[in-house]
Amino acid sequence: MPEPTHALAEQFDDLEQQRQASTIGMWVFLATEVIFFGALITGYTEYRASYYQAWAAASKHLSVVFGAIMTILLLSSSFTMAMAVHFARLGGRKRLALCLLLTILLGAVFVGMKFMEWHDHYQRHEVPGMGFEFPGPNAREAQLFFSFYFAMTGFHALHMIVGIGILAVLTGLALLGRLAPPRHVPVDIAGLYWHFVDIVWIFLFPLLYLVDLHHK
Amino acid sequence: MSSKTVEPVSETPVNYLNASFGLRSWLLTIDHKRIALLYLVTITLFFFVGGVFALLIRLELLTPRGDLFTAETYNKLFTMHGLIMIFFFLIPAVPAVLGNFLVPLMIGARDLAFPRINLLSYYIYAVGGTFTMYSVVAGGVDTGWTFYTPYSSTYSNTHVTAMVIGIFITGFSSILTGLNFIVTIHKMRAPGLTWFRLPLFLWSIYATSIIMILGTPSVAMALALVAMERLLHIGIFDPRLGGDPLLFQHLFWFYSHPAVYIMILPGMGIVSEIVPCFSRKRIFGYSFVAFSSLAIAVLGFLVWGHHMFVAGQSIYAGIIFSALSFLVAIPSAVKVFNWTATLYKGSVSFATPMLYALGFIGLFTIGGLTGLVLATLGLDIHVHDTYFVIAHFHYIMVGGMVMAYLGGIHFWWPKITGRLYPDSWGRLAAAIIFIGFNLTFFPQFIVGYLGMPRRYHVYPPEFQVLNVFSTAGASILGVGYLLPLLYLFWSLKYGAKSPANPWDATGLEWMAPSPPPTQNFPVTPLVAWEAYEYEKREVPVA
Ligand SMILES: [Cu+2]
Repeated sequence: MPEPTHALAEQFDDLEQQRQASTIGMWVFLATEVIFFGALITGYTEYRASYYQAWAAASKHLSVVFGAIMTILLLSSSFTMAMAVHFARLGGRKRLALCLLLTILLGAVFVGMKFMEWHDHYQRHEVPGMGFEFPGPNAREAQLFFSFYFAMTGFHALHMIVGIGILAVLTGLALLGRLAPPRHVPVDIAGLYWHFVDIVWIFLFPLLYLVDLHHK
Repeated sequence: MSSKTVEPVSETPVNYLNASFGLRSWLLTIDHKRIALLYLVTITLFFFVGGVFALLIRLELLTPRGDLFTAETYNKLFTMHGLIMIFFFLIPAVPAVLGNFLVPLMIGARDLAFPRINLLSYYIYAVGGTFTMYSVVAGGVDTGWTFYTPYSSTYSNTHVTAMVIGIFITGFSSILTGLNFIVTIHKMRAPGLTWFRLPLFLWSIYATSIIMILGTPSVAMALALVAMERLLHIGIFDPRLGGDPLLFQHLFWFYSHPAVYIMILPGMGIVSEIVPCFSRKRIFGYSFVAFSSLAIAVLGFLVWGHHMFVAGQSIYAGIIFSALSFLVAIPSAVKVFNWTATLYKGSVSFATPMLYALGFIGLFTIGGLTGLVLATLGLDIHVHDTYFVIAHFHYIMVGGMVMAYLGGIHFWWPKITGRLYPDSWGRLAAAIIFIGFNLTFFPQFIVGYLGMPRRYHVYPPEFQVLNVFSTAGASILGVGYLLPLLYLFWSLKYGAKSPANPWDATGLEWMAPSPPPTQNFPVTPLVAWEAYEYEKREVPVA
């Protein structure tokens, strides 16, 4: 998408109108995303209620420590993203780029760890439809758990990768000095998206990793 | 065409059609009016593809025996008729064509809030359509348009995956269009154009957009899970593997019931524009009509279970869904009463758009009232999956939505193209469509009530007479739909030039020239009046 030469796109009357339109646009998009993940969580809820024993057992095959580290990484990235938004408003070019880079780094490590985890599942034959094996009588229901696990973490990781791509573009623009106020709004918008994707993980972590944690 | 004058070398003012030339200037345009025309062409194409499938269905049903197609082919025909008509015509038609064209014009803006996203959404639609057409050409799909599992996921060995991907992709086009409209209506209104001065078409489009952004992701996820199940052989909806087929139905209908309102609400918006114009009266009860759109959007999300009365959902859920479905009738009836009250003591004239609008009111009322029959638990068990259901939703979708769409196309055609079409041909086509429609679908109420099930290519011989009526009606309907294609096309070259406001209508779009310039308004208008001030205008605005 070519960056407009002027800060104001021609369909808008002033910058404030443009900023509000972009912001509302992202919020509306996030409402869509809530339903998108909500549909998955609805299915999750039904099967978790139906097959609680099997799902609790399957959930124990995920590493809580690993998941917790990923959660901390993502929360930290939300902090650096918030700082990026802050510096974008102040017009600090280098500090903005630095915060964006840190956010990208934290996000990339998160995605990397996710891929490692998936790879572990693959080696342990825990991928549904690909020679799935599970000890005990509940293999069928456990496979359902892992189907949802892969769908939920997969769609989440996809959103992370898109987010990293957006932030990479913004980092480039920041270094070129093309995000100086009043053209900083894209950082605000990307921040909204990034925080949303974090929040989705805040839901996914307990839903997937912490089923029946209190029974060791 | 008695006096076909040679085009004088008059200076045609620069408008969005002649502002630039060449294929590139169209395919890469970010002008909402040109994007609307891209949609118009594509959607019309899909309409006639879906129509061909419908005609083939009606041909098979001319006789009780399955003599034209095998059962398998017939399954594919009605599936593809439904899929193409719903996802590629009915859902995008009014929002993407008329909405795209009119939303900025009606609010005095230069364009939508996000013109590039608007073009993107057209291409997403085109890509989704390509997947779908690939699936059709490769051999089709036989699951029914509802993709019920485990049939679609386990048993059907037709091209379900490509079709599902096509619909999934198209969903994002719908979401982005809705997003664009919501932001535009919130933030781009001309000074003085308060919410309660908006044309009611915009209230409808706004309510429709809410459904688009909140419903579509649910069906997208449901279809994504079906695709995963097919590709990876996992059992998300497969009872043999612990899955629950009803979960699919819940996720599917959570979108697909509200989708009915994506199809009908914009049609209601069009009727709310046409009726006051051709009654020369302010609309009766503006705020009731406006809020009834929002009420339909909200209530529409709470009634999906009425598609699952006999699917095994709990009887208590059934009772609640039944009661909530009755509630949706209230805002719908409010609209019908208000249109009727607008007609009362108005100076009514019967130009082509008005004929379609009046047709809509009558046919929508029949479709709506028979919907109440279906929402009644006990009655639904009797008529479930019969032709009564088919007749009911075609009265809403074709009798309602397609009539309104054609009404809107005829109403705004002079604005879109700058040309007038021959009104006598228009009225003739409207009459043919009305007659053909009723002859096609009214017998289906009867034959359905008598017990003829949907989705079979054979039926008991005692139902043949009614089916012959239906097929005859469908042929008339087909002719009716071809007529506008011909004379509207003709008008592009030979139609008289239209003034800015041929109907002497209120609304900002009529203050722009016909066709409007790329920027819509040279100066942003200042709105100091209410919508539909027909009584106040003695002298038409120049
Ligand atoms: Cu419904």
